[in-house]
Amino acid sequence: MSSVEFRKDLFNDERDDNLQEIGKPTRRQDILGHVTGRSPYYDDHLFDGLLHMRCVRSPHHHARIRSIDTGMAERMPGVIRVVLARDVPNNLNTLLSLINFGKDEEKLIQDTKVAYIGEPVAAIIAETDRQARDACAAVKVDYEVLNHVLDPEEALSSDAPVVNEIYPNNTFDYHDLYDHQKLRFGDVEKGFAEADHIVEGEYQMSPIEQAPIETCGAIAAPETNDRYVCYTSTQALFFSLGTTAKLLNMASSRLHFIGGTVGGGFGGKVDSIVEPLSVLGAVLTGRPVKFMWDRTEEMQVGAPRGAERWRIKDGVARDGRILARAFTGFFDAGAYTRLSSYAIIKCSAHLPGPYTIPNVASNVFCVFTNRTPATAMRGFGITGVDFAIECHMDKVAETVGLNPIELRILNAYRDGDMKPHRRLAKNTALIECCQVAAQKSGWSIGADATRQSSLLGGGGARAEIPETVTDSAGRIGERRRAPVPTAPGEGAASKGHVRAGTQGIPIVAAAPQDEDMVIDPARTGYRGPSSTPTRIPDAAMTPDHSLQPAAAAAAPPPASRPGPVAPPSSSQYQQAKPPPPAAQMAPEPPAAQPPAVPQQPASQPYKPEKPFSRGVNRPGVSRFLSGSRRR
Amino acid sequence: MTVHKGRGFACINYPIGMNLGGDPSQALVHSTPDGKFMVSLSSIDLGQGMKSVTRQIAAETLGVPVSDVYVDTADSDTGPHCMGSFASRGTHRVGNAVIRAATEARKALLEAAAEELEVNASDLDTDGQGNIHVKGAPSRTITVADTAIAAQFKQGRTLSGRGIFLIPPSDVDPDTGEMTPVSCFAHAALVVDLEVDDETGEVTVREINSAYEVGRALNPRLVEQQLIGGAWMGVSHALYETTEPYYPDRSHAPTDFNAYLMPGPGEVVDHNIAVLERPAEDAPFGGKGPGEMCANPVLPAIANAVYNAVGVRCDTLPITPEKVLRRLIANGGARPQGVR
Repeated sequence: MSSVEFRKDLFNDERDDNLQEIGKPTRRQDILGHVTGRSPYYDDHLFDGLLHMRCVRSPHHHARIRSIDTGMAERMPGVIRVVLARDVPNNLNTLLSLINFGKDEEKLIQDTKVAYIGEPVAAIIAETDRQARDACAAVKVDYEVLNHVLDPEEALSSDAPVVNEIYPNNTFDYHDLYDHQKLRFGDVEKGFAEADHIVEGEYQMSPIEQAPIETCGAIAAPETNDRYVCYTSTQALFFSLGTTAKLLNMASSRLHFIGGTVGGGFGGKVDSIVEPLSVLGAVLTGRPVKFMWDRTEEMQVGAPRGAERWRIKDGVARDGRILARAFTGFFDAGAYTRLSSYAIIKCSAHLPGPYTIPNVASNVFCVFTNRTPATAMRGFGITGVDFAIECHMDKVAETVGLNPIELRILNAYRDGDMKPHRRLAKNTALIECCQVAAQKSGWSIGADATRQSSLLGGGGARAEIPETVTDSAGRIGERRRAPVPTAPGEGAASKGHVRAGTQGIPIVAAAPQDEDMVIDPARTGYRGPSSTPTRIPDAAMTPDHSLQPAAAAAAPPPASRPGPVAPPSSSQYQQAKPPPPAAQMAPEPPAAQPPAVPQQPASQPYKPEKPFSRGVNRPGVSRFLSGSRRR
Repeated sequence: MTVHKGRGFACINYPIGMNLGGDPSQALVHSTPDGKFMVSLSSIDLGQGMKSVTRQIAAETLGVPVSDVYVDTADSDTGPHCMGSFASRGTHRVGNAVIRAATEARKALLEAAAEELEVNASDLDTDGQGNIHVKGAPSRTITVADTAIAAQFKQGRTLSGRGIFLIPPSDVDPDTGEMTPVSCFAHAALVVDLEVDDETGEVTVREINSAYEVGRALNPRLVEQQLIGGAWMGVSHALYETTEPYYPDRSHAPTDFNAYLMPGPGEVVDHNIAVLERPAEDAPFGGKGPGEMCANPVLPAIANAVYNAVGVRCDTLPITPEKVLRRLIANGGARPQGVR
């Protein structure tokens, strides 16, 4: 049995729990449709004369296209149209061009060179899915097979084949300067020199499929007002709309996208491949066109969570404090960027994990290889490195002989600490999570660790930005001429220094444009941090062989403070039983009663309330729209 | 053959929102003729409960019952712009936009009621049950429905509001990596108990005990569903899933759910969850997104528990029986690391 408890006793003076609707277990507005199978998904919209699109895909990791012969396919039964690269009005894009990040580098349909197994070189539109598949099999493509590279570190070598000609060094260009993203805070070499132990590790995760039950797909149809409607499974409606408008060189106002009920996304439905292809099909044929991935495409052509390889090097003091941590990371982007470049920025801001370490450095590479492009998935940019960090923390704990939970609490970040991306930590709660998880599992931790709080012991010297060692290793293209070490700081000819305390201006949310939009602070339920973090200069970072940071020792929490988890005795730990499921959940309010079910008696066979109508012909509505399959 | 018990720990934090900002979302709120409220969005409900959470946020902000609020979303002709449902940005960004839109609509609502009751709008409050009353004088009251009818058919007012939430883009320093990422962090820690069979290499997760800090559980049932499902995904990632089992070699690639392994219903792990709520200042009612982060701590906690059970460090995911067995053989057998 599983159980859930809500620890309302923790941080309770930072919250007003007496809100009307927030915090109530309200039933979903759409759940009845979901559990009875009536919610319309994109594929439940029926169109008269619907055509089906399928892609001809590369069988090679890497090959030049000499020629494409579609003659036989065009004469096959049911084939309406063959779509080639030349039919795509603006056939070069990168997803993040919508936020001006990266260069256009991926074609919707390839015509010169394929860079992964499954890359589309043509699409067939036919009366039926079967006919489209048969015609795809009849397209003859003459390939000149090229050398390929599948390992991200091999892709960095000077003799590796060029995967993506827009990025001829097989790495994404960061800031028009480096072939990787740097993070530098303090001096890791100094930290390693001061350390009693050096702990190193390498971690690797393989690509993972988002595995939605509903595969990616879209249906596009011409509307009578010179627009195109597109029903889609997208996770990002305007992302897909904007990408389609760009690739098809079409005013976005001519596109009408409808989505919103999706059979699972998990990140794989941001890539906006099916929408431009189905709309292009509708433009070329003047008829409704569906492009839906089958399961094989979803798993092997649809972009997965990409593989990552991480190396971590820690300098650790005898008492378990981590003095320096260096990362070298390789994101295997596959053949095109999609969203990997951005995940690396997100990841760099996340390092070194939820810990306060005085010296941190990282080099993270977005590497192109001859495999299916990678993209977003739940935990994007973080899941792989968190695996590495947390496995590594256990190695550190073993090295210094500490309880792994106590090691985390000792190094945990706290309110007021400076993070390596040079912004202060606030609203932290790692220590409390560690304490509660230990308590629930009956894994005992020492009294010092039990006393700690995220509210205390942070700031002071821990809020200061140290003098930082920088380097200019890994300029764009440098690595292709001669080998350059990938780890931070290594092999750098020119070292530089950034003065202690150097910090730019933090970005804050845009203010509401009108005061009428500003909610009364008394109605937000937010009460603010219960205390300003205690700041004791310098002492906090000096060696201290107790678990307690100096600041906490200097300013013990007043008895009234609800911060640290009050631990039961250790015998109670062992016997603590989880409460029954949802025992502490607020009672269901009357407003959340399930709506009456407007159903026919179960004894009668299902029959639609009214017969399906066909051939709807209202102004502005697609003349092909003929109702929904389920109501 | 022996089955060895192991216990592992991991803790994490997770950034909420698109890392470098620049990701706006908008919302529109308007009253129907009889005082129900429509929230128009173009955000996507992936099953995570986007529609439900924005509905509760709108109802709370307006001061009306949740049953009087409907969310209409994801039609690009009627819903204003939203960047999308990814990067844990839905609750945070869209929720904030809905608060702004509903706040403006509430102001119009109270002004219309003030005209009917002949008082100042600032003296009015809602009871959350569909009524508006004079503060301190609960008998001087008017229903939201009557207010909406009066406003739209007598006074000529629209009860509507606009909202947008944007964190402007942040630059990144190429040499130091200085930047202003995201806006708040969710937290988690968990303990995994499992068994490793040293003859087959098979790992069976027995129990998870966890603590997740989510800012505020805007809807406790949706939070519960996310955390249970997320931990399932974490187990699946740790032990089963990959599209390239011999990465970077591309052979043996699965193309369907017969070869792409995931835990079935019989392998759902017992999971005891504690939810902590430390509200974030800039998040809607303090709520952070719990959905994305909740799988992350499970992966390393399982790897650490496998080491505790048999002394095998499996630093390469997924932790398949083949990998465990090969490492066991290399180690000369299981080396249990002691009871935790």
